[in-house]
Amino acid sequence: MSWEIVIGLEVHAQLATSSKIFSGSSTEYGAKANTQASAIDLALPGVLPVLNKKVLDLAIMLGLAIDGEIASESIFSRKNYFYPDSPKGYQISQYDKPIISRGQLKFVNNGEEKMINITRAHLEEDAGKSLHGEFERSTAIDLNRSGTPLLEIVSEPELRSAQDAVMYLKELHCLLRTLGICDGNMQEGSFRCDANVSVRKTEDPELGTRTEVKNLNSFRFVERAINYEAARQVEVIEEGGIIKQETRLYDPEKNETRTMRSKEDAHDYRYFPDPDLLPITITAEHIARIAKDLPETPWNKRLRYLKDYGVSIEDAEILANSPETSVYFEVCMRQSTLSPKLIANWIIGELSALINKSSVTISKSPIVPERLVSVLKKIEDGTISRKTAKHLLGLMWDSNSSADQIIADEGLSQVSNNELLEKVISQTLTNFPSQVEEYKTGKLKILGFLVGQVMKQTKGKANPAMVKALMEKNLRQST
Amino acid sequence: MNLPNSVTEIIQGFENGKFSSQELTKAYLNRIDNLDPEINSFITVCHERALLDAKKADRSRANGSANKLTGVPYANKDIFCTKGVRTTSGSRMLDTFISPYDATIVERLGSQGMVMLGKTNMDEFAMGSSNETSFYGQVNNPWNTNCVPGGSSGGSAAAVSAGFTPVATGSDTGGSIRQPAAFCGISGLKPTYGRVSRYGMIAFASSLDQAGPMGRSVEDLAHLLAPMAGYDSRDSTSSMVKTEDYFGNLEDELKGKTIGLPKEYFSTNLDRQVEGVIEEAIKEFEKLGANIIEISLPTTSLSIPAYYVISSAECSSNLSRYDGVRYGHRCELPTDIEDLYKRTRSEGFGEEVKRRLLTGTYVLSSGYYDAYYRKAQQIRRLIKDDFANAFTQVDAVISPTAPTTAFKAGEHQDNPVEMYLGDCFTVASNLAGLPALSVPAGFVGGMPVGLQLIGSYFQESKLLTLGHMFQKSTGWHQHFSRDESKGAQ
Amino acid sequence: MPITEKEVRKIAQLARISIDDKDICSYEDQLNKILAFVDEMKAVETEGIIPLAHPSEETQKLRSDKVSEKNQRESYQSVAPTTENGLYLVPQVIE
Repeated sequence: MSWEIVIGLEVHAQLATSSKIFSGSSTEYGAKANTQASAIDLALPGVLPVLNKKVLDLAIMLGLAIDGEIASESIFSRKNYFYPDSPKGYQISQYDKPIISRGQLKFVNNGEEKMINITRAHLEEDAGKSLHGEFERSTAIDLNRSGTPLLEIVSEPELRSAQDAVMYLKELHCLLRTLGICDGNMQEGSFRCDANVSVRKTEDPELGTRTEVKNLNSFRFVERAINYEAARQVEVIEEGGIIKQETRLYDPEKNETRTMRSKEDAHDYRYFPDPDLLPITITAEHIARIAKDLPETPWNKRLRYLKDYGVSIEDAEILANSPETSVYFEVCMRQSTLSPKLIANWIIGELSALINKSSVTISKSPIVPERLVSVLKKIEDGTISRKTAKHLLGLMWDSNSSADQIIADEGLSQVSNNELLEKVISQTLTNFPSQVEEYKTGKLKILGFLVGQVMKQTKGKANPAMVKALMEKNLRQST
Repeated sequence: MNLPNSVTEIIQGFENGKFSSQELTKAYLNRIDNLDPEINSFITVCHERALLDAKKADRSRANGSANKLTGVPYANKDIFCTKGVRTTSGSRMLDTFISPYDATIVERLGSQGMVMLGKTNMDEFAMGSSNETSFYGQVNNPWNTNCVPGGSSGGSAAAVSAGFTPVATGSDTGGSIRQPAAFCGISGLKPTYGRVSRYGMIAFASSLDQAGPMGRSVEDLAHLLAPMAGYDSRDSTSSMVKTEDYFGNLEDELKGKTIGLPKEYFSTNLDRQVEGVIEEAIKEFEKLGANIIEISLPTTSLSIPAYYVISSAECSSNLSRYDGVRYGHRCELPTDIEDLYKRTRSEGFGEEVKRRLLTGTYVLSSGYYDAYYRKAQQIRRLIKDDFANAFTQVDAVISPTAPTTAFKAGEHQDNPVEMYLGDCFTVASNLAGLPALSVPAGFVGGMPVGLQLIGSYFQESKLLTLGHMFQKSTGWHQHFSRDESKGAQ
Repeated sequence: MPITEKEVRKIAQLARISIDDKDICSYEDQLNKILAFVDEMKAVETEGIIPLAHPSEETQKLRSDKVSEKNQRESYQSVAPTTENGLYLVPQVIE
């Protein structure tokens, strides 16, 4: 008899809009306190919300991507509660009729394909920020974030391990980024997650009492917090205790979850339809318009890379999981007839290494797809060796010159000239007589050493295949 | 100077050079200063600003850039946000609140060149039918200062009636334009929900609130409605339906028009003498050629309970923003955040407001939502359907505006429900979102009686025609509560 | 069912209104009068009737995703009870 963990996730994704959900204030991150809080965000007397059209478009995109139901009529409700960073004393959210319901998301964990049902995704506004500890005996309120559009994506409690939860989240994160729904920046809080965790004996048909774990702002924390919380619950139950349904806060420093200070009064949010906002209608034409321009999902993209390009599963994942990398890869593909594998290898290998060393992203790389392609073409036509290409790429990173220009300036062309090579080879055979003897007695492996000497002499510019062939010919002749 | 009796007369006066906007504005301000202490219809009088605006108006009239309404003085109910001018909504909560922005209608009337004389008194957050709940003291009815002026737009109604301003804005959530208009013997229109922008109008109950014009004559209402009406991109509940020419049809004949008389409206709590006045008015309409038929609005008796549940629910949420954090009243030395909220709100709100916040919180709370809030919304649909049915047969529905004339101050102090019952003829049109007009129809015991006409959606023009033709033939709107020649010097 | 004193206290807490102990009874009494009056609604059968939240039959109008607001912090905070460095201050809230 063993314990099973049951997890449902609530993701809050900040929608990638320029302005807020109900006001024309900027949503840009990092502005001075309260400089992006308009009369509407501050809930001045008399102000009214007006819905941003783009949030609907983005929600519809998600609905299409997860094959969910997109409500033809959807309504906003008020969730009433007092908190200093909630200026109206209520949050505009969706309750009865969410914009998206009943979708699915597929992901892979350890080579195993899994599918999780998404209960609903609804639109709501974010609260402001409460800053504790900056002023003595006071909490300071910054309402710049107040009214930022969020899409809350709620999964069914179908996840069975912390690792599954992380892989689901990564897939969702990747999907939202690829579709341009959310920038996915977890440090800035654009993608946040709460986990509903419970445990039960594997054969038990009933779900256990769940707790809601908040403040999970990295994939690592999600995994740790769920594992901690599940272990805690098992311990409580095994010691004869019962699990209280409550909200718990994850503390990453101590790696533990703890009860959030319970409020004096029981919550009673008194949801009711917001009378300032009429029902939203979404027509079939509207959905069709969004569907027409819907980007490919990462899942489909991976399949296509595998099928059409024959790249490895690992490479397909790396290329498809980052929208920027996949764009880069596909531009390279369009600009050449080079093998997809060659391009993939160089993007994932050398180019990534250069990118990781600097702080730019691939979309800002000074080596644009065209330049990478020009280098790879030089390998294919034998002008340079792979090793030289690596060196060349490094030079191009810091220079605006073309590959051709640098090859000419730095004399990087491979030496394919027989006459020149013959000279170096005969010199080498003279310089290493004992090794030549060894070869002749049958130690054929020593050939590598001799070829290496030639490469060294030519500073790597010799075509290694050619050196090897000529060397063998020479050795045969001298016997 | 003798103050003019209508906006039409003011426009003529400007055109004939009889007076300037500055002279006229000064005369109204003087009259307010001299006579309003007895009435208390203004919370804030904007002497300097009004005179500056009047000067500007005279200049634009001189250089030919004036609109029809340029230089015409008016007053705003203190529920409308006015940039740089204190906006209180009749509450201690907003006693120090200087609005940083203008309500859409304030902006629109301002851009016509109209001159705002000041902000009128009102029931706190528009919750009341007698103007006794104002933090700034009750307003006295100019016809009899022992009586209430009605509410919540009682300040606007009393100010127009007493000749302190030719016209004023009001807001109507359950009768708050029409009932005070009736009690003070003036005209008032609650337009169709969505006809006039709510942006900058301090919310009481968002699905019921509607701003509208108040004035002596229907013609004056048309003058004020024209610039107020129309879609506003800042109020997503405002309507895209095109506005009408509110003057074009004013003189239309009533022949061929059908007016419905709901049998349920002439119930027991209707004062017999008021009923008599309405019967006379009905005869007048018949004389004018209208056809009167009896209709039925069966759910009408439940409109007050449904109204109180819905309006209280919405206000309990709308007024949560008054928390002492960003503006408005804040209690002294709060010990913690809960103390800040509770003391701020308990000190800042008056008794009637608190009662409604508690009622509204209760009807939305877990376990009671279905029995109260949901039920009220179902009844709301029935009421709307009743009207839809009626309007297949009639052009307008006629009734008294209120079951009695203005009552004595303090009369309903002990039982809030008695006061609520006074709104029995007015709340249904708010629940259904229909336009409704109140015009003076006579007197009982020296106090004015109002007649209500309810129209179908966006048929303000039709209502104005009915009201105007009635006024042309009866002249009831030309009975003034105060001697026009006094106080202006 | 009449509202109880306990319920009055509970909704007063939800509405963040403090009521003195001496006034609880009068609130209880007034609320019960109001509720008894609105209970008249029960007389009508409403089974199957779709609740009407709004008189308008139009649907939500939308705005385009444009930043139209400028920073007006100074003006907005001029009416604020307590601010410092552009932040609104409230008594310390313990998480």
